[in-house]
Amino acid sequence: MHALFTVFGKEVLENFRDRRTLLSALLFGPLFGPLLFGAMVSRMLDQSVTESDEILSFSISGDAKAPNLTRFLESHGVHLKKSTLSESEARAEVSRGKTQVVLIVPSEYAERFSAAMPAPLLLVADSTDSQARKTAERARMLLANYNSGIAQLRLQMRGVDPLLAMPIAVNEVDIATPSGKAVIVLGFMTYFVLFAVLMGGLYLAIDSTAGERERGSLEALLCLPVARLSLVGGKILATCAFMALSLAISLAAFVVVFQFVPLERLGMSTNLNASTAVLLFVICLPFIPLGATLMTFVASFTRSYREAQTYLTSVLLVPTLPIAFASIYSLRTKSSLMLIPSLSQHLLMTSVLKDEPIAIADFWVSAGSSLFFAAFLGWLVVRLWRRDALLG
Amino acid sequence: MIEVHSLCKRFGTVQAVKDLSFVAHNGQISGLLGPNGAGKSTCLRMVYGVLTPDSGSARIDGLEMRGETSLARARLGVLPHATGLYGNLTARENIAYFGALHGISRASIRARVTKLSRTLNMQEFIDRRAKGFSQGQRIKVALARALIHEPQNLLLDEPTNGLDVMAIRNLREMLLQLKAEGHCVVFSSHVMQEVAALCDQVVIIGQGRVLAHDTPMAIRAASGAPTLEAAFIQLLDGAGASI
Repeated sequence: MHALFTVFGKEVLENFRDRRTLLSALLFGPLFGPLLFGAMVSRMLDQSVTESDEILSFSISGDAKAPNLTRFLESHGVHLKKSTLSESEARAEVSRGKTQVVLIVPSEYAERFSAAMPAPLLLVADSTDSQARKTAERARMLLANYNSGIAQLRLQMRGVDPLLAMPIAVNEVDIATPSGKAVIVLGFMTYFVLFAVLMGGLYLAIDSTAGERERGSLEALLCLPVARLSLVGGKILATCAFMALSLAISLAAFVVVFQFVPLERLGMSTNLNASTAVLLFVICLPFIPLGATLMTFVASFTRSYREAQTYLTSVLLVPTLPIAFASIYSLRTKSSLMLIPSLSQHLLMTSVLKDEPIAIADFWVSAGSSLFFAAFLGWLVVRLWRRDALLG
Repeated sequence: MIEVHSLCKRFGTVQAVKDLSFVAHNGQISGLLGPNGAGKSTCLRMVYGVLTPDSGSARIDGLEMRGETSLARARLGVLPHATGLYGNLTARENIAYFGALHGISRASIRARVTKLSRTLNMQEFIDRRAKGFSQGQRIKVALARALIHEPQNLLLDEPTNGLDVMAIRNLREMLLQLKAEGHCVVFSSHVMQEVAALCDQVVIIGQGRVLAHDTPMAIRAASGAPTLEAAFIQLLDGAGASI
C-alpha cells in the first residue's frame, strides 16, 4: 500500500511539472467544451431570432404587369427590389449569388389572370443555399395566401360559398421546438463533460506506461521489490486524480458559461449552479476509474508514446457512441440503460439539467456498472503488467 | 552471492540462452563477457527477474528470484541497459523515489543520497531536473538509484556504455570500493580491457552458452593466447560464433 502511494505521489508531482500534461489536462481539455458550447448555443439562438424577425426581401421582375400582387406583397411588409431581369438573367444572377431570390412575372400573366386562367409566376432560388431556401419558402407562403384570397373572391363573385373549396382546415400544433433543440444541446454538453474527464488523464496514462517504457525507466522500476499491482495501481490512481481535477474545472467553467448563455430561450431552465454541478460531479465520479483503466490498458499495449497517442485519440470518441445512439433513437431514462457506462452518465446528467427527479437506484446501477467495468479492465492491466513482454 | 543454475530461454525459434550456469562470489567482481547478441542481457534480465526463464533458476544470497522475489530483489541493486530517468524530477528526487519504493525511511534516504552524491561526484547536478543530463550524469544517477538500498549484490548491464574516460575511471574506483566492502558485483561488457583490468573472474558467453569461466589469467593461460582478447576470439571461433 505504501508503494502504491509512493508511485501515486511521484506521478502527480512529475506531471504537475510537465507543461504539456498541464495544458491538455487542466486547460485545453476542460475548457474546450464549455467555450465551444457557449459559442454554439449563442449561434443557435441568433439563428432562431433572425428567422422570424427579419424583414422578407427579394427581387421582382415585371411588377408592372401585376400591380395588385405587388401591392399585396408590399402591404405584407415585403421589401421588393424592382428589376427587369429575364428568366435566363435571373438564373445567372442567382447562381452567381448576386441575388438570392427573384420573382418573375411573365408577359402572359396579366392576360391569363383576367381570363381567370392559372396565371404563371416564376420563383428563382437556389435551394442548396439555406438562407435563400428560407426566403423562398416565406415568399411561397405569401403567394399561397394571395392565391387563396383571389380564389375566394372569384367564388364569391360567382355566388359560390368559398368555404366549399375548403373541405378541411389543418391546425398544426408544433411542440418540438424549442425543447427539441435543448435535447441536442444537452447531449453536446454531457459529451464535453465526459471528454474533459478523459482528456484530464490522457497524457498521464500514456506517460506512466508507454512513456516510461520509451524513456527506459521501466526496467529499473520493475527490478524493485514492489508488486506490479502497486506500481500500476499507483499510476492509475494518479490518472484518476488528474481526471477528477479536469472534471471539476470543466463543470466550474460550464457553471460560468451558463450564466451568460440565455438557455431559457431554448426552453431549458438554466439550473446549472454550484449545487447541481456538485451533483454532476458525483454522477461522473464512477466514470473516472473506468476511463483511467481503459486508457492505461490501451497505452500498456503500445510500444511508444506516439503509438499510444494515436490509439488513445480514438478512445476519446468511445463515450460519444452511446450518446449518439441515444439521440438517434431518442432514448429516455430507463433502468436497463443505466448498465451502459457513459450513456448512463449522460442520461443522469441530462435529467439533472432538466430538473427532473432521478431515481437513487438508477444512480447506484450506473455507478456500479461503471465500477465493475473499471475493476475488470484494472484486472486486465495488472495481468498485462505481469507479462515478460511488457519490456518489449 | 549470485548463483545462476542452468538458465534456458527461447524467443520463438531463437535459443537465446541455453544451460547457462555460473556463481558470482562476495568480495569479487565478476564480468560477463561476450559479443553483441550473445545473450548477456537476456541472462541478466532473468537474474534480476524481469524475464521468466524457460528452465533453470537464479538465486540471490540463496533466495530464489522466482518464489522469494521480493526478498531476493531487496538484496539486489540493478543498473539495467536502459538507464532512463524521470526528466521532470531532479536527480535527488529520482534516487529518493526508488528509495521510497524500497520502503526506506525519509531520513535515511536523505542521508544516503548525500553520501552517494559525494562518492559519485554528483553535487553539481543533484538538485537539477534530469531532462538535460549527459549520458555520464544519467548513469551516475541510475547507479545511485541502484545503490540507494545498500544492496549486498550489484548487477550492471554494460555500465560503461557512453561514458568518457574520467567517468569510467570513477566507476571503476567505485566498483573496487564495493568489492573491498565485501559486495558481490557482476557486470556485463564487450570491452576487453575493462574486464581484464577489473574482474576477479570472467564468464565468457557466446551463443547463449558459457564458453569459459575462470580468472582472466587462467583463461588466457588455458588458451595459450598472449592476451585475454586473443583468448576470447579463440574461444568464440571454437564455438563457431561471429563477433
